[in-house]
Amino acid sequence: MALLQRVAEQGRRVVRFTLDGIPVEALEGDTVLTAMLTNGDRLRRSEFADTPRAGFCLMGACQDCWVRTEEGERLRSCGTFIEDGMRLVSRGEWDQGGPGQGEAES
Amino acid sequence: MSGLRPVIVGAGPAGIRAAERLVAAGLRPTVVDEAARWGGQIYRQPPDGGFTRPKSALYGFEAGKADAVHQAMAAIRDRVDYKPRTLAWNCEDRALDLLGDGVSETLPFSHLILATGATDRVLPFPGWTLPGVFTLGGSQVALKFQGCAVGRRVAFLGTGPLLYLVAYQYLKAGVAVAGVFDTAPFDGQLRAAPGMLRDPATLAKGLLFVGWLRAHGVPIHNNVRPLRAEGTERVEALVWSRNGREERTVCDAVAFGLNLRSETQLADLAGCRFRFNEMDRAWLPERDAAGRSSVPGVYIAGDGGGIAGADAAELGGERAALALLEDAGLPVEADRVAVLDRRLARVAAFRRALSAAFPFPEDWASSIADDTMVCRCEGVSAGTLRAVATSGQAREINRAKALTRAGMGRCQGRMCGAATTELLARALNAGPGDVGRLRAQPPIKPLPVAAGRPSDEAAS
Repeated sequence: MALLQRVAEQGRRVVRFTLDGIPVEALEGDTVLTAMLTNGDRLRRSEFADTPRAGFCLMGACQDCWVRTEEGERLRSCGTFIEDGMRLVSRGEWDQGGPGQGEAES
Repeated sequence: MSGLRPVIVGAGPAGIRAAERLVAAGLRPTVVDEAARWGGQIYRQPPDGGFTRPKSALYGFEAGKADAVHQAMAAIRDRVDYKPRTLAWNCEDRALDLLGDGVSETLPFSHLILATGATDRVLPFPGWTLPGVFTLGGSQVALKFQGCAVGRRVAFLGTGPLLYLVAYQYLKAGVAVAGVFDTAPFDGQLRAAPGMLRDPATLAKGLLFVGWLRAHGVPIHNNVRPLRAEGTERVEALVWSRNGREERTVCDAVAFGLNLRSETQLADLAGCRFRFNEMDRAWLPERDAAGRSSVPGVYIAGDGGGIAGADAAELGGERAALALLEDAGLPVEADRVAVLDRRLARVAAFRRALSAAFPFPEDWASSIADDTMVCRCEGVSAGTLRAVATSGQAREINRAKALTRAGMGRCQGRMCGAATTELLARALNAGPGDVGRLRAQPPIKPLPVAAGRPSDEAAS
């Protein structure tokens, strides 16, 4: 279930991307964080305790919102805007073996 | 006038007013800012692309001020070198190292105005890393910048003016507010009221927010201590105590913050001298009333030099620019300087009243459980930090960092620095000003691995 709830500004163009291999939608002007958390309830799993993380400060200070793409790129999701065709991963690299190898299930 | 290369870091109220003043004097400053659009955090503008809410909806009572600041920058846009989406990640030998849109550059300056702003000050509590726990400022960014609420039923926890403001903004946006949980005692707020009358408009707004929340049935609790955020995959409830009694409030998000903390890393790297400030309970770059730091030609304006809010930031930005002009031997209007100095002095008095109304929870360091994670980046617990202090291994924060990795992670102590300081001080039976200052390291924020590598690979 989505963590973030849209309460305004819903008339924007739809952007299509994949989250853990599943096609989903966001809106133009969404950050990657907003795009992921309106489609799910975490950004990744923590490397320490395999616990979920979903960002914290939303203004580029805490650095706890980093996410991976299937290509293995690391993005600070609160400061990166969603783009059509992005392939984002929220499953942990520690429980799924290896960072971003495109082992998406659908 | 040639030979002057003024650079301003930050395009919030302080940076914009500084730039405006320098432009008026015929200079062409460079304005470096991390955001894509100017305004800073408090007057942050929505992204380009289909956002339609008017400023009255985004900034409420502050819409007029926000618009004035935005317009001020728009009016000088052609007369400044504006570098948005650009991180100033180091300051050395009177030059900034910048990274913007994958391009790195070294920018020398003759004068530097640091208007780097602030973020929420936080202290950890069990469950604070769960999805659904966000900072107060972050919860406001979600609403203002993205049209999103951080949950369906949100608990507002902490203290400070932002606590009531953001709760009010969520309620206005149609989001259920599970309650306002203020760590400050109510009697302190009453005692501070006369001092706040120095700024009746701000006091009136605060009372309006509280009144509005109460009228809509939102419970407001004072003297609260958070015990834990419950949930496995995300927040399901906030458990808190008051006067020793434990209570549980069902919610799916917690917006949390204990006032603000200054962003001071660049001042540190620029070589500015710091002093412990009892009111902010933090090490701050020394500055005179005009904003001059201990380093000639380096000025500090706005919340980055001590928390005083957006109005003070506008005044401080302009004042720092006037100091710069004065120091460069250029003419300044003495009348304007006097007006700004008078207004800034009033702000300082109001600040003292606010900090009496929303005090720091000084008992936190003694009450937090050993297994609470303090450093989100490196997974360091309160018990680990206490152990290096009580064993005598670390009597100072940088030593504790080296031993435990607390503060060594991606955020460089922005989130855990206050907590680490408090824990060490309590364990050593010392004051928070007695355990040293966490030193800044370049890059002050992580640089993308693949992007913008300087030609000499200095960043690697």
